[in-house]
Amino acid sequence: MDEPAFVQHAVLLSLVLFALGTLGVFLRRNVITVLMSIELMLNGANLAFVAFSRALGALDGQVLVFFVMVVAAAEASVGLAIVIALQRHKDTLDVDAFNVMKG
Amino acid sequence: MDQLLFYASAALAVVSALVVIGQKNPIYSAFALVVTLCSLAVIFGLLGSPFIAALQVIVYAGAIMVLFLFVLMLLNVKREEDAPGRGGRALAVIAVLLVALFVGQAGAVLSRLEPGAASGYDASTRRMAEILFSPHFLYVFEATSILILAALVGAIALAKKDF
Amino acid sequence: MTLSPAVQELILAAVKVAVIMGALLGVFSLMTWIERRVLAFMQFRLGPNRTGPFGILQPIADGIKLFFKEELMPAAANKWAFLAAPVVAVGTAFLAVAVMPYGPPFKLPLTESLPGFLARFWPEWLSGREFQFQIATIDVGLLFIFAITALGVYGVVLAGWAANNKFSLIGGLRSSAQMFSYEIALGLSFVTVIMLAGSFQIGDIVASQAARAGGWFLGWNAFVQLPAFLVYFAAATAEVARTPFDLPEGETELVAGFHTEYSSMRFALIQMAEYINMITVAVLATALFLGGWHSGIPGLPSEGLFGFVFWGAKVALLLFVFIWLRGTLPRFRYDQLMHFGWKVLIPVAAVWILITATGVALAGR
Repeated sequence: MDEPAFVQHAVLLSLVLFALGTLGVFLRRNVITVLMSIELMLNGANLAFVAFSRALGALDGQVLVFFVMVVAAAEASVGLAIVIALQRHKDTLDVDAFNVMKG
Repeated sequence: MDQLLFYASAALAVVSALVVIGQKNPIYSAFALVVTLCSLAVIFGLLGSPFIAALQVIVYAGAIMVLFLFVLMLLNVKREEDAPGRGGRALAVIAVLLVALFVGQAGAVLSRLEPGAASGYDASTRRMAEILFSPHFLYVFEATSILILAALVGAIALAKKDF
Repeated sequence: MTLSPAVQELILAAVKVAVIMGALLGVFSLMTWIERRVLAFMQFRLGPNRTGPFGILQPIADGIKLFFKEELMPAAANKWAFLAAPVVAVGTAFLAVAVMPYGPPFKLPLTESLPGFLARFWPEWLSGREFQFQIATIDVGLLFIFAITALGVYGVVLAGWAANNKFSLIGGLRSSAQMFSYEIALGLSFVTVIMLAGSFQIGDIVASQAARAGGWFLGWNAFVQLPAFLVYFAAATAEVARTPFDLPEGETELVAGFHTEYSSMRFALIQMAEYINMITVAVLATALFLGGWHSGIPGLPSEGLFGFVFWGAKVALLLFVFIWLRGTLPRFRYDQLMHFGWKVLIPVAAVWILITATGVALAGR
C-alpha cells in the first residue's frame, strides 16, 4: 500500500467517522450511546494519526494512538461507572434528566 | 486485492458507524460499534501498522466494548423513547454546521498533505517499543499508568453501592 | 507443467487450510467421545460404548441425530442476533487457528525417493520444499491470537442476549465479566514468555525454548517460567469456560446458560466452537510453554515425523488434563471466581513479570 491515495482516503474516512461521532453526541439521548459516539470520535482521530504517521514516515503518531487507547479505556470505565451510579440514583439513562449538579 | 479490502472495510466502517448513531436500541449500537472497530483494525493493518491493528482489537473490541455490553445487559437497557431529540431542531442545526465547518477545515489540511517519505516505513512492534520507551515519551508513559490507576480506583468508588 | 510461484503458494495455502480444518473437525468430534468416555471411567461408569468398537462411532451418531432435530427459536428472541451468535462463535474460534503452528517445519519428500506411481504425480516444485502446517506467519502472531480470543466472547454474549431468556442472559452476563477479567491474567502470562524469546512469533518462541539448558526439557518455559505457565493454564481454562470456570453454562443453576435455547445444528456449532477453542488453547500452551515439537532430550530427534509425535503427545496430554480437571474439581462460586482472577492470578503474573524483567536486565539481554 504505497499509493498516496490510500492515505488520503484513510484521512477522509477518519473525518467521516469523527463527524458521525459528533452527530451522535449531539443527537442521542441515551448516555451509553453518547459514550459510544465519543468512542467513535476517538477512533476517527486514531485513524487520522495512523494515516498521517504513514504519510510522514514517522512513528510518533502511532505512539499517540497507544496513549489515546489508554485514555479511552480509562474514560469508558469511569464513564460507565458514573452511568451505573446515575441509573441507581435516577432510574433513567436520559442525558436530559441529569441536569442537577447536586445530589 | 489490498484496494478491495481497504474500500470494503471503509464502507463497512461508515455503514456500521451510521447504525451506531442511528439505532434506538443501544445494544444494536454496541454491536455495530464492534463492527466499526474491527473494520478499522483491518485498515490499520493495511496502512502498515499491525501492532496498532492488534491493539485496536484487543483494547477496543475485546475490552472496552465488552464493558459497554456488560453494563447494557446489567442495566437491562430498553429502547430510547420516541420523544423528540434533545434540544430539538436548534441543536441539530448547530451540530450539522459544526460538522460542515470541520469537514471544510479538514479538506484544507488534506489538500496540503504531501505523501512523502513512506518508503522504508517500519512500524514493527520492536520499532514501536523503542519509541514508546524512549526518554521522549517516558513521562507521558508514566503519567498514563497513573491515569489508569486513578480510573481504576475511581470506577470502583463510583460503582460501589454503599460506603 | 510449471506453475508460477504465486500459484504454487496459493495451492499450498489451500492444502494447508483444508488439512488443518479437516484435522480440527476430526479431533473435535473425537474429543466429544473421548471426553464422555474418560469422564465415565473417572466416575465408575461405562460411557457411550455401543456405537462401533468401544463406541468410537458415537460422534457420527450424535451428528446424524443433531441434523434431524427440530431447530427451535423462541418467539421473543431477536431473530438475526440469535442466528448470528453461533456463526460468530465458530468464526472467531477458527480465526485463531490460522496463525498457530501445527507440528514442526519439515522438508517435503524428494521426487526420487517416492515409489513409482506416486512420483508420477509429484510435481518438481514440491520436491524437497520447506513446509509447515501453519496457515499464516505474521509479525504479531501472539498478539493476533490474543486479539481473536478477546473477540470470542461476542458469540457467547450475543447468544445469551438474543434468546431473550433470563438464564441465557445471566449466562451471557457472567461470561462477559469472566472473560474480561481472565483475559488480563492471560495477557500478563504471555509477557514474560515474549520477554525471554524477544519475539511475538510463535516459531521464535519455540526455538528459544529448545536452545536453552542444552536442549533438555528443563529449559522449556513450563519449568523456567513455572508461575507464568500456571497462570496461563488457569486463565486459559477460564477463557474457554471449562470446569472449574464453566459458570457461563453452569447447568445446575442456569439450565445450560447462554445456549439454553439452542437446539439442533446451532447447538452443535456452539459446541464445536467450544471444543475448537479448547484445542487452540492446548496447541498454544504446547508452543509457548512445552517446547513445541522438540523432544526435550538431547539424544532424541525432533525433526519430521518425530516432531509430530512429540507435538501431538503434548497436545493430547493437555487436552486430557482439561477433561481430568472436569472430572475432579467442583465449580467455583461466582465471587470466588472473581477473587481468584483479580486477587490471585493478576498479582502473581505481575510480580512474576517484575522478577523476569529484572533477570533479563541483569543478564544484559
